[in-house]
Amino acid sequence: MIIANRKPVAEIVAMVKDFSRVLVLGCRGCVSVCSAGGEREVELLASLLRLGCQKEGKKLNTITATLVRQCDKEYIDTLDDWDGQYDAIVSMACGVGVNFIANLRPMTRIYPGVNTTCMGGSMEQGQWIEQCAGCGDCVLHLTAGLCPVARCAKSLMNGPCGGSVGGRCEIHTNTPCIWQSIHDRLDRLGRKNELSDIAPIRDWRTSGHGGPRTTLRDDLTI
Amino acid sequence: MSFSPDIQAFCCHYTSQQSCSQDGGGLLEDGFPSTVTINRLPCSGKLQVSALLAALENGADGVYVVGCPKDTCHNVLGSQRAAKKVLAVKKALVELGVEPERIEMFHLQRGLHPEFITAAQTMDKTIRTLGPSPFKGESK
Ligand code: SF4
Ligand code: SF4
Repeated sequence: MIIANRKPVAEIVAMVKDFSRVLVLGCRGCVSVCSAGGEREVELLASLLRLGCQKEGKKLNTITATLVRQCDKEYIDTLDDWDGQYDAIVSMACGVGVNFIANLRPMTRIYPGVNTTCMGGSMEQGQWIEQCAGCGDCVLHLTAGLCPVARCAKSLMNGPCGGSVGGRCEIHTNTPCIWQSIHDRLDRLGRKNELSDIAPIRDWRTSGHGGPRTTLRDDLTI
Repeated sequence: MSFSPDIQAFCCHYTSQQSCSQDGGGLLEDGFPSTVTINRLPCSGKLQVSALLAALENGADGVYVVGCPKDTCHNVLGSQRAAKKVLAVKKALVELGVEPERIEMFHLQRGLHPEFITAAQTMDKTIRTLGPSPFKGESK
């Protein structure tokens, strides 16, 4: 899922300080699972923003709401329920949600409440780690299911750089060297010989260069 | 001008049951500061960060939580969860440029005991030193 962290409160207070009515808008998707922008976090941020403004001697009124998703036109439409009741929105969805509101509500002032960081998984309670960089040309069938694009600090495609020590990456010594892990895993699966295959030069065009990547499913469009 | 703080204490029922059962009357005689209001909870672990923030929004100059000793919490991990939430509010206060000492966690034994009163006195002293909550600035 998409991982995000709340922005420092002072940063958000500075964004909204000139408004007196703010809609703090959460999302029930990824950001609620990674505890960055779900219902509970929305209540907390609203309270912190009110306190931040109170401290500056200003009064901020907040409305709090949480959409099912902020990355779907249908759910953005429900924003109409609060028409005329706010001067700005602080969206606690990932950047997609903020973009969607900006796309669909040209006159709405919309500000981000979180920093969107990566696509990751929940390793244990309270810890999420990036697993996939969304490169658009997946190689996991060659690497025993472990991603060198996202999880190797140098995105190497043909084995380790030679810097790993004790199975740890030389860049971040608390992170496993993913190439060591790929090697060990292929070995366990009896597929170690595949490591001698040279990966072809990658075509990075699928990984986001040249504007937004678009997916079009003819079977689903109307 | 003398400053009489508004301090909100959130106390686990198990830690504070005897103290609370006296309706606070006996407590005051023993030196419990009159600036502290006790809010009794079934378990300190039940506390939400939003409730602690709400106390500050409603004008508290200081807030503290009293829960069981870490390793003998009546509800196993309740007081440790509460301590984490107090920590979260401390961090948020720092972000807002406000003294984190305005909120504290105390792990105390069950029953009526001098430490319960000492904790309240400590908070009273800290908050008197810090002065009124900066969140109470008059709205412009
Ligand atoms: S190879 Fe690309 S698509 Fe596959 S997991 Fe890695 S970054 Fe994601
Ligand atoms: S030590 Fe391993 S994970 Fe780190 S940069 Fe080198 S190959 Fe990549």
